[in-house]
Amino acid sequence: MLEAKNITISYGPRQAVADVSLRAESGQMLAIIGPNGAGKSTLLGALNASVRITHGEVLLDGRPLDSYARRTIARRIAVVAQEADLRFPITVMEFVLGGRYAWSNTWGWESDHDVEVARGILRETEMEEFAGRLMRELSGGERQRAVLARALATEAKVLLLDEPTANLDLAHQATMLKVVRGRCDLRDTSAVVVTHDVNLAAEFADRVLLLKEGREIATGPPRAVLTAELLRTVFDLEVLVDAHPVSGAPRITPVHV
Amino acid sequence: MRKTLVVCGLLLFLLAATFVIASLVGSQRLPPSSSLCALVGKSGCGLSFEQQAILFDLRLPRILLAGAVGSCLAAAGAGYQALLRNPLAEPYLLGVSNGAAVGTMTALVFFGRHEWSRPVMAFAGALLATFVVYRLARGRAGATPERLILAGVIVTTFLSSGIVFITTLMDATRIRSFTFWLLGDLSGTTSSLLTIALVAVAIGVGILALNARSLNLMMLGERDAFDLGVEVGRVRLTVFVAASLLVGASVASSGSVGYVGLVVPHLVRLSFGSDNRVVIVGSALAGAAFVIVADTVARTIIAPRELPVGAITALIGAPLFIFLLKRG
Repeated sequence: MLEAKNITISYGPRQAVADVSLRAESGQMLAIIGPNGAGKSTLLGALNASVRITHGEVLLDGRPLDSYARRTIARRIAVVAQEADLRFPITVMEFVLGGRYAWSNTWGWESDHDVEVARGILRETEMEEFAGRLMRELSGGERQRAVLARALATEAKVLLLDEPTANLDLAHQATMLKVVRGRCDLRDTSAVVVTHDVNLAAEFADRVLLLKEGREIATGPPRAVLTAELLRTVFDLEVLVDAHPVSGAPRITPVHV
Repeated sequence: MRKTLVVCGLLLFLLAATFVIASLVGSQRLPPSSSLCALVGKSGCGLSFEQQAILFDLRLPRILLAGAVGSCLAAAGAGYQALLRNPLAEPYLLGVSNGAAVGTMTALVFFGRHEWSRPVMAFAGALLATFVVYRLARGRAGATPERLILAGVIVTTFLSSGIVFITTLMDATRIRSFTFWLLGDLSGTTSSLLTIALVAVAIGVGILALNARSLNLMMLGERDAFDLGVEVGRVRLTVFVAASLLVGASVASSGSVGYVGLVVPHLVRLSFGSDNRVVIVGSALAGAAFVIVADTVARTIIAPRELPVGAITALIGAPLFIFLLKRG
């Protein structure tokens, strides 16, 4: 289990994250929601030690994260970033095999098992037919799925996702989060998702953390946290919250008057 | 893995063929069958004493050096490109070659009697130039390709003025040979410098190849690579040192041969894909063949006079650079 205890991240006098605690529990999806510049991505970075913490600590199974070797962290925590830098032509299969780096020797070749895992993931994310295609030839949605596939190929039990649905159309947004949700439900994976999409968070997340100016405003189940009052505090915006007619999850509609 | 072996076998064959052909061609043409016979180590092949001397004392060391220089520069180029995520990164264009040149010239002027000081100082110069370019190129938003090339231009011109300054300290008779050497000249080497270059190839290419898998991920962004378990700082330092070693050894023995590190990795990637496990070793082999061919052209095209080999490689490399730049 991954846990952040009272972490503060400062850049000079500015505090990007101030005294935030959270737990990524197995089988659960936690959504981090907040306006631009609230410190969401910075907070996510602290959860895999890619951003340095000023105060507080992050624990992985009770041990401080920075006491683990880089490769061990990479086997336990995977990151789904927004976009990869694709200046060099590489195939989808090569890209997804990158997720196996921490499992085999760092200098040689991937094992047959690595290739098998990558194939399985490509099937799961419906990317099998793209295996031999070049990454830069894919559409935005396909590429984002490849990025997810690479993270899943690490077989990590904790997934950190930074705006995984940005640049995706409606159908792909749902597919993306369904795959992650499936991982949580069936394989006890825990996911921490930074997103701007409040409605997707309401639908898929078990818990929501509201963040504003680096501070935690509230954490809890979507129904408890995604209220008109709290959302007004966080976004300075009037919203209408009712129940989704099919799922019953909170449905948030901005009111522009 | 099979692919790497096939590609390497193919390129090794190409290299062997260039090696043999280059040893036969020159201002003095050698009889092919007798020379081949002598090359594989047999005695009594029917070569005259003079022909033997041409083959073994003049041509072979020079071809070996051309091969070593090509391997050094092409492998270093492939390493820089992956590390800096920039297909245009190249020892000559980044100013690293000039750093090594300043090192070599300083060694020549101040420690002229100690031959070993040349490669050592060249290595130090290359390493220093690499770090300066890297620091200059790295803005708040990371190193963009344009910023990197600009940083290379600045370092190159700064070091060029250093070279001019050192040249003025030399006596007039040596200036002409230095101008030649600065453009890449394989004619004035010694057996110890050749040995150093060959050893540097083995060590430098070996180290780069061992980091190839990490470079595959760093090529897609350092943050991604870090997330996937790459010890980014360590790999960056190792690759910088190995590439500087390669450039230093090559410049100390033959001056700044330009564009090899651009042309060769590009062609290898175009033919065999971007996997650095293929690209680095493949570039080392293809780079050797490329410079051997370029040098054969340089020493035969206006025989008995010679062109610096750098003039030939630049003739091929500069248009390719423009093509790559235009394609973005």
